[in-house]
Amino acid sequence: MLGTKVVKAAGASVKIYGPGKVPVELIVDGQKHKLEIEPRVTLLDALRDELQITGAKRVCDRAECGACTVIIDGKAVYACAVLAIAVQGKQIATVESLMQGDKLHPIQQAFVENDASQCGFCTPGFVIALKAFLDKHPNASPEEVRRGLSGNVCRCGTYHGIQQAIAQLAQRGA
Amino acid sequence: MPDYSWPEAEQRTLIGKRISRVDSPAKVSGRAQYTYDYHGPNMLFGKVVRSPYAKAKIVSIDTTATEKLPGVKAVHIIQKPGSTVQWAGDEVVAVAAVDEATAEDAARAIKIQYRKMAHMVSDAEPPAGAGETPGPLSGDDVDDAIGNQMPDKQLIEALEQRGVSFKPEEDDLKEWKNEGASDDVINAIRKAPFHNVEGEQPHSYFQKAAVQTQGDPDKAMAEADVVSEGLYGASVIAHCCMEAHGSVTEWTDKDHVLTHISTQNVSGIAGQMAEPLEIPAANIRIHQDHMGGGFGSKFAADRWDITAARLSKKAGGRPVRIMLERDAELEVAGARPSAYARVKVGAKRDGTLTAWQSRSWGTGGPGGGGMPPIPYIFSIPNKRTEHTAIRTNIGPARAWRAPNHPQAAMITMGALDDLAAKLSMSPLDLWLKNLDITGPRKETYREELGIAADLMGWKEKWKARGQNTSEGIARGLGLSIHTWGGRGHTSDCDLIIHPDGSVEIKMGTQDIGTGTRTTIVIVAAETLGLPIEAINLYIGDTLYPPSGGSGGSTTPGGVSSSTRRAAVDARDALFAKVAPALNAQPSELECINGTVRVKGDPSRSLSWKQACSKLGAIPLTVRGKNPDKTKPPDLTNSGVGGVNMADVEVDMETGIVRVKKMVAVQDCGLIIDLKTAESSCYGAMTMGIGYALFEEKLFDPVTGRMLNPNMEFYRLAGLNDIPELVVHMMTGKGYDERGVIGLGEPPVISPGAAISNAVANAIGVRVPFLPITPDKVLAALSQIAKAGA
Repeated sequence: MLGTKVVKAAGASVKIYGPGKVPVELIVDGQKHKLEIEPRVTLLDALRDELQITGAKRVCDRAECGACTVIIDGKAVYACAVLAIAVQGKQIATVESLMQGDKLHPIQQAFVENDASQCGFCTPGFVIALKAFLDKHPNASPEEVRRGLSGNVCRCGTYHGIQQAIAQLAQRGA
Repeated sequence: MPDYSWPEAEQRTLIGKRISRVDSPAKVSGRAQYTYDYHGPNMLFGKVVRSPYAKAKIVSIDTTATEKLPGVKAVHIIQKPGSTVQWAGDEVVAVAAVDEATAEDAARAIKIQYRKMAHMVSDAEPPAGAGETPGPLSGDDVDDAIGNQMPDKQLIEALEQRGVSFKPEEDDLKEWKNEGASDDVINAIRKAPFHNVEGEQPHSYFQKAAVQTQGDPDKAMAEADVVSEGLYGASVIAHCCMEAHGSVTEWTDKDHVLTHISTQNVSGIAGQMAEPLEIPAANIRIHQDHMGGGFGSKFAADRWDITAARLSKKAGGRPVRIMLERDAELEVAGARPSAYARVKVGAKRDGTLTAWQSRSWGTGGPGGGGMPPIPYIFSIPNKRTEHTAIRTNIGPARAWRAPNHPQAAMITMGALDDLAAKLSMSPLDLWLKNLDITGPRKETYREELGIAADLMGWKEKWKARGQNTSEGIARGLGLSIHTWGGRGHTSDCDLIIHPDGSVEIKMGTQDIGTGTRTTIVIVAAETLGLPIEAINLYIGDTLYPPSGGSGGSTTPGGVSSSTRRAAVDARDALFAKVAPALNAQPSELECINGTVRVKGDPSRSLSWKQACSKLGAIPLTVRGKNPDKTKPPDLTNSGVGGVNMADVEVDMETGIVRVKKMVAVQDCGLIIDLKTAESSCYGAMTMGIGYALFEEKLFDPVTGRMLNPNMEFYRLAGLNDIPELVVHMMTGKGYDERGVIGLGEPPVISPGAAISNAVANAIGVRVPFLPITPDKVLAALSQIAKAGA
């Protein structure tokens, strides 16, 4: 990732971004956003603090819990572990993109029916991670789905509800 | 007098049914707004500089470089030079800046000098005699005494009588004098007799509580047919709320504050902020829509919350956000005290419990902490308990779901399970044998143990200790029982019926993920004969009538009672207005399926909307309260019983424990929403698996710091750790008529004990302390191997 500014480092000329704010363009849920942020700002912080898109939650901030999961070009990614500047031009999908108007996505509906959230802070991460997994593996067994979601953590203990939701989705062929 | 009682079972249309959590759609869609999501106008980002040392005196603080940084809007010194920090991560200085990156730079530019002091982070068993006599004063003790301005007379007396464990250096004496110690005190330090206690922990770390004795434990123990001795305990764990502690505060004018805060205690926070901010509580507005977990750790306006308000004031009132980073969340924002015990328990050959002796210890941080209620539930007639609290620099303890009960259950149920093994009895039989000494819930336990045993397949699966191993995998069963109080907290509920038929409820409560919103709307809708969607509920703001903090499983009792009273009174006031139109007496009316009608006569009815139009131009507002002796009956109750059974597998080569199945059978009086009630039990078992197998705050004795303040090494249970979970809620006759009782605490009490007992049953030996990590399993197995060799 080469920037526009040239500095000397270890005797060589290196192109860098920053320090200070630089223009960054993100495509979030199909919409283009122009930002002025420091290169060190994570995608998660850019979404939350710059764009006020807050479905992705900040919990561990170190790629350990999955609460900030978003989908980038079809792949589930921890938004706390990538820099915003590094995902310019890519399609970023947040949990906010799943509802169609007032209609919940089938995954969301299954979460509601099976009470797969309590405090709900980890829930958007689980929902979007499950979406990414099922998009890739539409015929996965519940066991495979559980493994696919093992990068997400819940404190209230909603896993039972999540498993029920997964089972229901499998049954309905969602 | 109107009848406020809960409707009879056959009349209930919503109460007790499986109803989906009303705020689920907001949560699954990412639309639910949490404190962390609030972004105030021109918001500044606060960062706290924390002590890297577990105990140290702050010598100097230099903020010059920070104040010059562009984008820094406020700097606030939380603890001045001369203060002593008592745990690593303690707050020292805070900054507010225009964005987070700048705030981080600003925090990094602050220079703080500390003088390190001796710390204590170990909660290992206290040495014999520790805490029985106060022992000589250490340098820390003298430092604390001077820092806390202990009266001269008291300090001089302590120095003369107890002596000191150090040789005072001139530098120290000079510093103490600078801190305000009188010449008399300095002289007394010089003259105090020196006692060499090198290599020992200073006695002042240990606080021994009075020995409690009942009956004649020595005689009973001597006469017991069987005596079992063992070591049991549970370590310090964290709350690790997914939404970190924190708040955003702004001064809306020079006298008024608006605080968005992640709290279990919306109505109680303003009162805590008023004094330090020197403004009336009435000038402070608290707001919270959704809340990302508290588990007992979020009742206070914490120091960082007050700090955000101070930074905001310095920055001209701009909102300042301080949400804790994950390491701070784990280091300073919550700890469940540890508790360990050496237990001796005696019984007759038939299993009748006769004697208990325990020497327990544990730590709850700088305050030490209390003894868990042991022996738990079983009132063994002859007993002696001794407890030593250890004061440590690990950060303060906070209430963690069912304070002290999970530890008490682990110690007691573990000891009884070992006794059962020694008697060659199944623990199920031993528990049933002794139900007479379990108090008022004994018939509940009897019924629940039977149901749990059936759901677990206990009788078919049960094998004696260590007798169920094949191909290196040992399998075992364990059980535990628990109790909790409950009752309903103070709650005020405003219910408003508008002439157009719309209904709103306002209450200064909070939904911490337990389903409080759902509870309130079900009660109101049931009472008014409306669908739950017809109730517009507003909570989480001091603009609404106050309601208690969500702790101790008191919220369902509180909010359901105040809502029921408000809804009954509102309904009756509406009946009075509507009766003439239906040519009936108010007492002849009922509201059902969205209509107001003459009881049993659907032909004389009005739609809800038509009925409400009779109210005239002004909405009807009614206040319901809990408690309210003028409006009986008491709609809540206290005291529940529950049972947990666990089926585990242990890999004898690696020591890895996997829970295969868990059963929870729980009583909580009248259930408002069966679906969320069951979720509380599923969640509690899941948390239980976490603290039984994985969770522990680990401290480095050398640096005094927590070693695992992150979510990789402070491991919570994950989806793959969760086995088949079975929940059975006790409902119907004998339970419903007790009234509403909360469910946050009880089901989280027993899982640790049940899993520990199942592991002992599987591998044939007790792993004394939770969490049961593979290293502890292997250590326990090597003890058997040694004993056999």
